Amino acid sequence: MVDIKTIKEGDILMMNIVGDVDASSSIELDTALQGAIDSKEEKILVDCSNLNYISSAGLGVFMSYIQDIKANDIKMVICGLNEKVHNVFEILGLHQLLTIKSTVTEAKEYLSEV
Amino acid sequence: MPKKVIIRLSAGFAFIFWLLYLFTDLFLLFSKSTDINSGIHEAIPNLMLNLFIAALYLYYKYKVNRAESVNFTDFLWKIFVTGLLTTLLSLVLRMFVLALGTSKLAQNIFLIDTFYIINLGLVSIFLVSVFAVWKRLILYQKTKFLLRIWTTFEYTLILSLVFNVLPIDLPDTYSLYYVVLLVLMGLFLSVNMRWVAYLNFKQKWKSILLILLVLLYLAYFGNTLFGSIDPEIAITNTIWGNVFLVALVAFTFIYSLFSLLVILFNLPTSSVFEQKLEEVLNFQRLSQSIQADQSEGQVYQILIDSAVSAVMADAAWIELSHENGRTEYFRHQITDQEVDKIKDYIIKNKIKGVFDNSTDKSLKMEKHLAKLKGQGFRSILGFDINVQGQKIGTLALLKEVADGFDRDTTNIIKTFVSQAEVSVENYRLLNQAIVNERYKEELKIAQKVQSSLLPSELDTNSDFDISAFSIAADEVGGDYYDSFRINDNKVALIIGDVSGKGTSAAFHMSQMKGVFQSLAQMNLSSKDFLAKANTAISNCLEKTSFITTAFFIIDQATKTIEFSRAGHCPTLFYDSKNSDMTYFTNRGLGLGILRNDDFANYIEINKQSYTAGDIMVLYTDGITEASNSKGDEYGYDRLKDTIVPHVNENPETIQKRLIEDLYSFTGTEFIDDDYTTLIVKFKEEPENR
Repeated sequence: MVDIKTIKEGDILMMNIVGDVDASSSIELDTALQGAIDSKEEKILVDCSNLNYISSAGLGVFMSYIQDIKANDIKMVICGLNEKVHNVFEILGLHQLLTIKSTVTEAKEYLSEV
Repeated sequence: MPKKVIIRLSAGFAFIFWLLYLFTDLFLLFSKSTDINSGIHEAIPNLMLNLFIAALYLYYKYKVNRAESVNFTDFLWKIFVTGLLTTLLSLVLRMFVLALGTSKLAQNIFLIDTFYIINLGLVSIFLVSVFAVWKRLILYQKTKFLLRIWTTFEYTLILSLVFNVLPIDLPDTYSLYYVVLLVLMGLFLSVNMRWVAYLNFKQKWKSILLILLVLLYLAYFGNTLFGSIDPEIAITNTIWGNVFLVALVAFTFIYSLFSLLVILFNLPTSSVFEQKLEEVLNFQRLSQSIQADQSEGQVYQILIDSAVSAVMADAAWIELSHENGRTEYFRHQITDQEVDKIKDYIIKNKIKGVFDNSTDKSLKMEKHLAKLKGQGFRSILGFDINVQGQKIGTLALLKEVADGFDRDTTNIIKTFVSQAEVSVENYRLLNQAIVNERYKEELKIAQKVQSSLLPSELDTNSDFDISAFSIAADEVGGDYYDSFRINDNKVALIIGDVSGKGTSAAFHMSQMKGVFQSLAQMNLSSKDFLAKANTAISNCLEKTSFITTAFFIIDQATKTIEFSRAGHCPTLFYDSKNSDMTYFTNRGLGLGILRNDDFANYIEINKQSYTAGDIMVLYTDGITEASNSKGDEYGYDRLKDTIVPHVNENPETIQKRLIEDLYSFTGTEFIDDDYTTLIVKFKEEPENR
């Protein structure tokens, strides 16, 4: 079960993911990200502080937007990953393609720089 | 003994005993009138009579079948026929006697006695047959208590016959008490008339007629038995014989009379009872129709028929909307045009209470329907038919009288509709189950095909042994491992995990096998292999899918392992010289994550030299992410700690210990993700090489 809340803070779209992202709930993540891209958001902050678990299907969702984000020149940053989730990102190599910050503050700083 | 034989034998014996009774009685009479000692005991004729009755009783006991609701009138018909035949015979005899008039022959005691005994036989046949039928009817839907009373009654009755032949003298008052007792028991038993309720109107009339005739016969025979007969010859001259006959006649008469009255009083309500019974039967038909017939149409037909008959509707229709947009109608006494007209009118004028979810179905509709020209209906009742939470159609009932549906009838229809819904739902579920069963079969085939994709034996060389284990969480899995001998020195090894689970993962896994088998023989570096594999596999993966894999080339000539990692979990390596066990820490990126040439930039080539005793543990994340009931993951540390104590064992043992520990950790046979592990153990080269 996952609950995804999106709030606009200035020019940043804050996306707060709460719960587990597994095969079935990854669809919600996909919808949220697709929505953000469709509405031409330029800065997306994905707050994973309350994300307990992510399955390969969830990782697949993040992965599938890597090229879209690049193509549309969107700045997207993921932050607040717990150790386990971060490890999963790292093993798969996603951390090399996505911007990952440890805290929301750092993420905001990063987004305001660019 | 077969039933048929018993029936024939008892009939035969009855006739023989009757003849014996006739002759012994005549003989006794003759010896009495001539004062010659016959040498026959006086009780012999009575004994013969009793045996005759016993044989008759046996005959009818087997002849009259168990009462079923359908054959009550057949029973009555049978005793009516028996009665008719016996009375006719008896009447013929009487005519004969009358024809003789006052002639001397008419005064002949032997002739009178013979006639009397023939009459007695006829009466006995009739009474015993009535008794047997009454017994069946009384014991229809019997209780234990009733059965006990009946048995007592029957034995008491038979006992009176035994007293008749016993050479004991009992006071006459005893016999009076005995008769009273028997009649009381008979009265008590006579209130058991459950069978009457099961007769329909027509059968009730028939039964009344038949029972009236039976009563008539009884009256006639009563008169014959107890009427003015020479006391010298009548069996009624012995007190106990009298008890039996009086009790039997009284009982059969009482029961006949009671039945007659009960049926008579039940006549007016029988149509209601019949209708209720019809409802129950329809209900049963509705619930059984599917299995018998295998078609939904049958259920709707039964629903419309039952509904019409239950509320005595003048017309009805069922409208079904099928998934393909087609509309199907079941109509009863109404034309297509009329249906359309009424439907259009109701929809156009937005009349509430017919086809909406209104709770009050008994709203008065005549003011609306009366406006609608060209049809005679004044009441309408509509119901939705819902299957699996979806409205699939409507049932409409029409009556020509105004205000024709009350709450009771509405409830009945509601029940019918629910039962039809259940039937259709069951039918659909059954069909779905059949389809699912077929899918399961296909999945089994897929499973067979897939398991053949994993190699049954892996390539090795004289430098290492290998042991593999793989189990899928679903019928088909997404884990993959394989090996390929590149040349004399080099063996390629691969382990992979397709994202997602189930059938789609299994398909990608088979694609991965194709990619591996074709690229491995090109003798590429481990990095080039993954780069080309990424290009090849990216074209076939859907947007959100990826494959993690680790690729190894074990080179015997240089005693090194060349390896690259594409997002797969880090390999565990045991260095036997330093007794050190660590995870490889090399960069990498899963296949399909970056679907362009940039991919190669994220892949490293790594090299590790090996010596005998070193161990390489390959696995998929199903193992490290396996969790126990508390939610803890198996993890990298536990994996390492499990292997450490077994580093001196052969790879099979290491693999077994690992899997054992894994299952004991999760505490369940159920697995959430595929488990796959390959244990590679390096060894000394054989000395003869």
